[in-house]
Amino acid sequence: MSNQIANAAPRLNRQRRRTLSSYLFALPYLLFMLAFGIGPGLYAFLISFADFKKGVPQYFAAGFKNYVVAFKDFRFAFTMENIAEFLVISVPLGIALVVLVSLLLHMRPGRFSSALRTLFFIPGAVTGPALVLLAIFMFSPVMSPFGFIQRALGFESFDMLIAPSRLPVIFTIIGFFSGAGMWIVIQYGALEGVSTEVLEAAKIDGCNAWQQALYIKFPLIRPYVIYQFILIFAGNVQLFVEPQLMGTTWINANVPQQWAPNQLAYSFAFDLGNFGSAAALSLLMLVIGLGAAYFVIRWTGFFDIKA
Amino acid sequence: MPSETTISPKTAPNAFQRLKIFNQRLFGDMGSIGYFLRLAILLLFALYFGLPLLWLLLAPSKDQTAIITLPPLSFGSLETVVKSWENVNAYVHGEIWLWFKNSIIYVLASLTIGMAISIPAGYILAVSRFPGRTALLWLTLITMLLPPSAMVLPLFLEMNLAHLVNTAWAVILPACFFPFGVYLTYVYYSSSLPTDLLDAARVDGCSEWSLFQYIALPLAKPLLGLLAFISFNANWNNFFGPYVMLNNSKLFNLPVGLQTMIAGTSAIRPGFNTTPGMLKFQQADAAMAGLIMILPVVIVFLLSQRYVIGGAFTGSVKG
Repeated sequence: MSNQIANAAPRLNRQRRRTLSSYLFALPYLLFMLAFGIGPGLYAFLISFADFKKGVPQYFAAGFKNYVVAFKDFRFAFTMENIAEFLVISVPLGIALVVLVSLLLHMRPGRFSSALRTLFFIPGAVTGPALVLLAIFMFSPVMSPFGFIQRALGFESFDMLIAPSRLPVIFTIIGFFSGAGMWIVIQYGALEGVSTEVLEAAKIDGCNAWQQALYIKFPLIRPYVIYQFILIFAGNVQLFVEPQLMGTTWINANVPQQWAPNQLAYSFAFDLGNFGSAAALSLLMLVIGLGAAYFVIRWTGFFDIKA
Repeated sequence: MPSETTISPKTAPNAFQRLKIFNQRLFGDMGSIGYFLRLAILLLFALYFGLPLLWLLLAPSKDQTAIITLPPLSFGSLETVVKSWENVNAYVHGEIWLWFKNSIIYVLASLTIGMAISIPAGYILAVSRFPGRTALLWLTLITMLLPPSAMVLPLFLEMNLAHLVNTAWAVILPACFFPFGVYLTYVYYSSSLPTDLLDAARVDGCSEWSLFQYIALPLAKPLLGLLAFISFNANWNNFFGPYVMLNNSKLFNLPVGLQTMIAGTSAIRPGFNTTPGMLKFQQADAAMAGLIMILPVVIVFLLSQRYVIGGAFTGSVKG
């Protein structure tokens, strides 16, 4: 009996020590997450139920009224349609093109491939206001290097080109310019991690470069592609800077004042002082992004430990 | 008798066979059609990414009229470049360089702190089954997806409580929360770290921290480079946070400073009434200011090529 206890005790200690040190590894991050992630998130959730009519928030005074006001707003359906259209175009295209370019680059590693990767990455340094500034010039058929294409398509001026129906495509073009480079680098890095033994074995079996890319490399970088999907989907749901700056702030383009849901939230907050409804809308966007993420994670077993 | 298509050392290859050898050496296992297809696609993308950049580089050399009348990719005049530079510098006595300095300080601080807390967290999530692990993964994901617009007010109130509003810390501290880094570290370690190696070391009595320090961390050098660069880029371009937290223009970073510089001038709205005494900002100047903001990122990227791109994610125990 005493032998059994003596054998049990050390094992328990080691397990508990491992758990303790695991927590210690994650502790600093946990603290920052509470302070700058969860804390504000919970507070935003709280605010969505608060009444702001008196200027200061009266918590829980509004019940679900903020949500109703937000969803019943005449612009709500409009912004939701716009963002849905934008997502349908930008997400599949964004992922497919990034993966395509990464695979193509990886087929022949070398100076050409390296130089191109650098080139693709540099626009990632152009974001926010600087990006919109560049976009405005790129979409002006008079001044843009792509002018000859735009004029050939029948667009003689900036105002002709930026029509509300074309906005999802336009924002996709702008967003891909800035955002693709980083993902190309990440996916290329993931491709570098694919075992060379597997690739050589495939080559011996008669696989050419294209088959290698499609049947071996692409499936093996799956976790990174999933990660990309989650972030791009959720990030694109929250589109804000481009439509905001192209709307009224900087230039009088044919962009409606509130085109994307995030702009509607901003308008609730800063035009109407209704922080409650703004928070409600923001949380809706979170739920949408999270829903897609949950679906993908469950479906692909993204969280499983491979051991 | 050897057939026409076999090449034996005894007979010199005929013209057809020589062409075949040349084809194989040039196109490899891509095939000739594949080679040119790949080239064409990549060149198209190069134009898509490259032409706007080229235009941006040339824009400071063209003044208001030249930018419309001259061909898009032409060089205007050196004089305009100099004038743009002077205009940008003249804005509030060269405040752009103060913003530049601030940007560097904010970025370096959040980068070092952020990575120091994120990498151990990502590592432990990938290799250790501890209670609450899945919850932490979900929470990290949720906080990554939280719209910044929703967080603005709570974050501001928090910083206000700590009396940190309008200080550098109001910008640095929130930026140290780097869930993207935790996730990327998690994905990296969970797909490339050989757990049997870790188990073997554990059996030998290695502590968790030593495992991390001597095995996991050295294997992650390419990851570190990539993460550092992504953190640098994201924080360099951080607009929303500083925009809300900072009132004093001397504390602005480059994106916020640039926004105020451009918005208050006639660079984009030609008819905009500039207040008397304020300089007349042209497109060239805006482009010049934009270039000043982009250049450090490009330089840092080119310098860290080896870590960010070359052999990223290789080096773990594979093959």
